[in-house]
Amino acid sequence: MEQRLRELAREALQALEVANTPEEINDIRVKYLGKKGEVTQVLRGMGALSAEERPRIGQVANEVREQIETALAARNQHVKEVQRSLRLAAETLDVTLPGVRFDLGKLHPLTQVLREIETIFLGLGFKIAEGPEIELDYYNFEALNLPKDHPARDMQDTFFINPEVLLRTHTSPVQVRTMEKTVPHVPVKVICPGRVYRRDDDATHSPMFHQVEGLVVDKHITFADLKGVLATFARQMFGPDTRTRLRPSYFPFTEPSAEVDISCFNCKGNGCRVCKGSGWLEILGSGMVHPRVLEMSGYNPEEVTGFAFGMGVERIAMLKFGIDDLRLLFDNDLRFLEQF
Amino acid sequence: MRVSYQWLKDYVDVDISPRELAERLTLAGLAVDAVDEPGAGIEKVVTGRILKIEKHPNADKLVVCTVDVGQGEPLQIVTGATNVREGHVVPVALEGAKLAGGLQIKRSKLRGVESRGMLCSGQELGMESKLLTPEMAHGILILADDVAVGLDAREVLGLNDAVLELDLTPNRGDALCITGVARDVAALLNKELKIPHPQFTEGEEKIEDLVKIDIEDPDLCRRYVARLIKGINIGPSPMWLQNRLRSAGIRSINNVVDITNYVMLELGQPLHAFDYDKIKDRHIIVRRAGEGEKIVSLDGVERTLNADMLAITDEAGPVAVAGIMGGLDSEVTEDTVNVLIESAYFHPISIRRTSKALGLRSESSIRFEKGIDINGCLRAADRAVELIQQLAGGTVVSGAIDNFPNPITEKTILLRPRRVNWVLGVEISRQDIIDIMRRLQFRVQEQGEDLLVTIPTFRPDITGEWDLVEEVARLYGFNRIPETLPFGASTQGIRTTEQQLTWDIRDVMTACGFHEVITYSFVHPRVFDLMNLPEDSRFRSAVRLQNPLSEEQSVMRTVLVPSLLEVLQRNLNRRVQKGALFEIARVFYPVEGQPLPEEIPVLAAVAIGNMPKTWNQPSRPMDFFFMKGVAEQLMDSLGVPGVAFTRHQDPSFHPGRCARIEVNGQLLGVVGELHPDVIENYDLGGRAVALKLDLKVLAQVNRPVKQYQGLPKFPMVERDLAVLVKQDVPAAEMLSIIKKAGGNLLKKVDIFDVYQGSQVPEGYKSVAFSMKFQAPDRTLTDEEINDKMQRITNSLTAQTGAVLRK
Repeated sequence: MEQRLRELAREALQALEVANTPEEINDIRVKYLGKKGEVTQVLRGMGALSAEERPRIGQVANEVREQIETALAARNQHVKEVQRSLRLAAETLDVTLPGVRFDLGKLHPLTQVLREIETIFLGLGFKIAEGPEIELDYYNFEALNLPKDHPARDMQDTFFINPEVLLRTHTSPVQVRTMEKTVPHVPVKVICPGRVYRRDDDATHSPMFHQVEGLVVDKHITFADLKGVLATFARQMFGPDTRTRLRPSYFPFTEPSAEVDISCFNCKGNGCRVCKGSGWLEILGSGMVHPRVLEMSGYNPEEVTGFAFGMGVERIAMLKFGIDDLRLLFDNDLRFLEQF
Repeated sequence: MRVSYQWLKDYVDVDISPRELAERLTLAGLAVDAVDEPGAGIEKVVTGRILKIEKHPNADKLVVCTVDVGQGEPLQIVTGATNVREGHVVPVALEGAKLAGGLQIKRSKLRGVESRGMLCSGQELGMESKLLTPEMAHGILILADDVAVGLDAREVLGLNDAVLELDLTPNRGDALCITGVARDVAALLNKELKIPHPQFTEGEEKIEDLVKIDIEDPDLCRRYVARLIKGINIGPSPMWLQNRLRSAGIRSINNVVDITNYVMLELGQPLHAFDYDKIKDRHIIVRRAGEGEKIVSLDGVERTLNADMLAITDEAGPVAVAGIMGGLDSEVTEDTVNVLIESAYFHPISIRRTSKALGLRSESSIRFEKGIDINGCLRAADRAVELIQQLAGGTVVSGAIDNFPNPITEKTILLRPRRVNWVLGVEISRQDIIDIMRRLQFRVQEQGEDLLVTIPTFRPDITGEWDLVEEVARLYGFNRIPETLPFGASTQGIRTTEQQLTWDIRDVMTACGFHEVITYSFVHPRVFDLMNLPEDSRFRSAVRLQNPLSEEQSVMRTVLVPSLLEVLQRNLNRRVQKGALFEIARVFYPVEGQPLPEEIPVLAAVAIGNMPKTWNQPSRPMDFFFMKGVAEQLMDSLGVPGVAFTRHQDPSFHPGRCARIEVNGQLLGVVGELHPDVIENYDLGGRAVALKLDLKVLAQVNRPVKQYQGLPKFPMVERDLAVLVKQDVPAAEMLSIIKKAGGNLLKKVDIFDVYQGSQVPEGYKSVAFSMKFQAPDRTLTDEEINDKMQRITNSLTAQTGAVLRK
């Protein structure tokens, strides 16, 4: 009997060595260890054994059972591993095929730049003020110290609706409206983004473009504050190493007035194609609010002072993205818009 | 304004290089755009006299010149020029010379004859031909006979110079002359300013006996100075004068005209020279022109004047448009013997208006409209007379007519040093401020802590303390002022609801695959027709521009969709296959009785074509339901509750494929497929869909803060239901019936199939719903759900005639 058991164990192990699927392995288990399996059959004959033989054969039977079970488990493990690796090999993809994209749209580059500018100034405590695009001559010019026939009106060629109504040529009228609404309280601290219009259409001028202007009026605002705020803006917008330079200029609504240059972000100020060799890029105009403008809005210039600045969003977008033709921004060619 | 560095040095001792000077001026508010060095790169060109001209033995079109260049043997030079004669002095490029444009001169043989240099034209020396006299502009540059030989031609022609191109701001009319710039340079470099003091001798005759001047309109002409010089010789100007005019961009005409231009460039006072003998009755009347009065100006154009324009007239009529251009009839010509010099002050605004109305700007009008030094008129006339006497001879008639009805005194302005430092945020000492004022030629009187500053009339731009603060700042140097941040109560930087709303809409639209575009706010009035709008449509009433650039851009839009359709069309023409675009912009509705229109922010979106097909996914059409889905997605993302879509009629949309978007009965917008006529008008081919939303209304919709719902603890049961129903029963109606019948336990109902075709009777459709039931406190039993399903089916049948599809 013992010999028969050992023979069965050998047979089972041999069979397992060529079993290659979980099903085959299961068949072997059933064949030897199942309820009607061969080992089980042999053990059923144990009753005929003598009392001395019974424990010994019992032990042999246990050994054989264990031996087969261990082998079963091992084979099972082996087959599983082989099958897993076969499956993995069969499932290999060409990972260089393109992914399935979500086909998101893009924000217009001008919007992207506007958002960036707005976010910086919101962080500095500015609110965003808006106003009409079709504006009274009074708000666009007169309240800004630009009476009719002022030579500086030539700086801004204007679209008129009638002699008193026009398309705003800058967002400065929003500043005036904001001051009128706030007076006599301070501080006023706003940026005024929006569309503006000038009667000019060539390679470097668009009849419609975008500005962001800013205004701060408080009890003691200085030219040094203007410099500090604009330098902070420039560092956040163009990088922490950006230097700013102010050059005296003229705007009827500010005095002293200054053009603001930043060190060229392309060449770090050494001179290159972007800055036309000068190392500087002009990005905005600014100045201390002219006392007459404060007066016309109802403030006493002896009690409050303020500064204002304005920049063209198109210019900044063109510098930032390296766009060489202004007209691309309004042509809306999808092949252009998709790039941003 | 072009400023010669060498000329500038006549008035101030400049001890820095032209480039350094340009930098200093730029940082002091006189922006220098470029520094032009006309003679840079020109080497070894000297003056030479042609001693002999002989025929070339082998060429008809060449001649052989013997040229004395002041050193060693005369040179033999072959030239093809036809304008040279023996005795002429010309620029000669020697062997090894470099010319403008990099040309190098070597010894060579021309048709067998040796040539040891080249005779030069103005262009070869880098001179602009339009700035050369007609004789000089063609062929070899012939210099004056008295020019010595062997001199560096760059010196002789004034090319050994640097010209600063100033881009002046409109307030700095005072810097439209060399002495004006010199004034700022002297102040910047802290140097002495040297202004010329004219000196000349006067004859016996008295001007009062020879000329009568009347100002009839002193509001437009506040001063009129005249000087007379008799017996002059009109002729060419000397080289130095021509060179200086050329450096400023003005061509030499003759000595007298050149002198008037020279004095204008030097002192900023425009002058006019009349041929005295052509002034009828020797009587000048300064008056407003008669309506329709005519004059032929110096440029040969007949000008019609009107009663707003100031004219210089004689007894016969206008002889000049005051301050802008002289008349052809009284012009100084080669035959002129007696010259009347006008040096006047005309009102800036009048000059500006007249110049605009006539479309005529001149060096003179540019200066008058910025405001000149009213107290400088006499000196400028004297300076001109001095130079005319020197260069054209003649006798200066004794005295000047100076018609100055209301003399202007200089302004005195109170300047508080404390105020300067308060506004600028600096600590500049009182003494430094006084010093800056004095360097600018302002006179300072101390008054306690404050200063009384007297402003000379050459700076009409300085009218108040504020202007002086700027003068201090720009002379002190903007870059020496520190950078600080405003100190005060902190302020909150937040977006308004409307601003946040447009920000969010942009995000959702791009997430839905739409590209943002930005188009012009003005459109062609034709768009109303293209959009199928009926004649009486309120959208046809639009704000019209008075001076549009073109009809294409002549009305402010009342609808936004057309602009996007134009963009689509343009893209389709460029073979872009599909497009999904949106824009947020304002539309403008005129308001009766109001000067300004109403401006409404709107969203418009359009789409055409299919969503892109990829290598492993089929494409989907961007059709009505795509666009409606975008609208639903948008409303859901923005948290707008209770949005309803119902059938809508809009002339721009397909009558059967258009829905209005409403919240609580309020119209938010429209979504739909565009009308085939509109598609055709925009030549889009196929079908296109559009969405428009009124963001003003949307911003006012109450969007409650989202409230958390407890997560379900008991299982959800799903059931499907398919019914046959008449084709025209709206899905929204069925959904609403189901929700009502389903009650609280029905958590969600979706339509997962709509089918028409075989097995469905004509005029009917099969609609399949999927429903999800759940109770918050227990597991639902089959009986409960069956009961609900029965109720739902019954309600559908009762209210729509739907029958259960087995």
